[in-house]
Amino acid sequence: MAKFQRKGKGATPEISTASLPDIIFMLLFFFMVSTVMRETTTKVSQHLPGATEVKKLERKSLVSYIYIGQPKRTFQGMYGTEPRIQLNDAFARVNDIRDYITSEREKRDENERPLMTTSLKVDENTRMGTVTDVKQELRKANALKINYSTRKVETID
Amino acid sequence: MPRREGGTFNAASMADIAFLLLIFFLVATTMDIDTGLSRKLPPMPDRNAQQDNKQIKERNVFVVLINAQDQLMVEGNPLDIRRLRDEAKEFIANPNNLSKLPEKELREVPYFGEYMVPKGIISLQNDRGTSYGMYIKVQNELAAAYNELRDELAMSKFGKRYENLISEQQDAVKDIYPQIISEAEPKNIGGN
Repeated sequence: MAKFQRKGKGATPEISTASLPDIIFMLLFFFMVSTVMRETTTKVSQHLPGATEVKKLERKSLVSYIYIGQPKRTFQGMYGTEPRIQLNDAFARVNDIRDYITSEREKRDENERPLMTTSLKVDENTRMGTVTDVKQELRKANALKINYSTRKVETID
Repeated sequence: MPRREGGTFNAASMADIAFLLLIFFLVATTMDIDTGLSRKLPPMPDRNAQQDNKQIKERNVFVVLINAQDQLMVEGNPLDIRRLRDEAKEFIANPNNLSKLPEKELREVPYFGEYMVPKGIISLQNDRGTSYGMYIKVQNELAAAYNELRDELAMSKFGKRYENLISEQQDAVKDIYPQIISEAEPKNIGGN
């Protein structure tokens, strides 16, 4: 005959945590593969305009970035609220762009230089005057491939 | 000396170490994929070079102006941005061969044979006071006009969307509808 045994009081069996590291490692590898290292911290506000006809930017190693926008709150005391240009990690003036492009070019391999692209990450509320100045400088520096960075949206209101 | 037994070591801290690494990667990396509108700037005009005397006929140019108040003027008339795409498409393709819209030129295009290729170009001018958001909207609408025309042509000829064609076919379609958006040398027209 079957005996009814009373379950032991209190002693709930522990969940084996042996597989926990494996799960975490799996997550870790996923993030290592699918992300890229953050290179700069933006000091200007970046609310990019939306567009529907966007293309993905290929070959990130060949892209140099120019950020334009209103300085973030912590920098406003020093740099004001007018839109400013940021190159690498520092605020810059329009005249600095040519040196920046030259130094970016020096970093790349000789045969890859023609493929270099400049990505303009410009805040939506910037006036075109600043952007035009930057574009003129890029033309002078002969960096003609540009990319207006935008968010991908389905429809524009 | 007694041999040690092949016991298991405590793997409980393994998870903590992995967590630590995971959090480091979460903080130090970004996942955003960069998307945007790619354009090519014209090279700086050579100061010694002679002025280009080649005049482009007025009917072949689609003039888009944006003023400092973000208002559009297209071919001399104010226009709402929502109608820009259709107007641009009408202009580029000139389906009814109107005499106001661009001329067409008989050219040999691979896959299409002799084809009447329209010669229209789009000229975009903005003020220094135009907002960047508006500028991108206009650029986007113009790009959309070209993309829709290319899609329509690819659909009627090959029965596929433009992006699904092989690259030779894409080039042929591009030959018929090359995306030419010319931007004037910057001017300051509308004050601030």
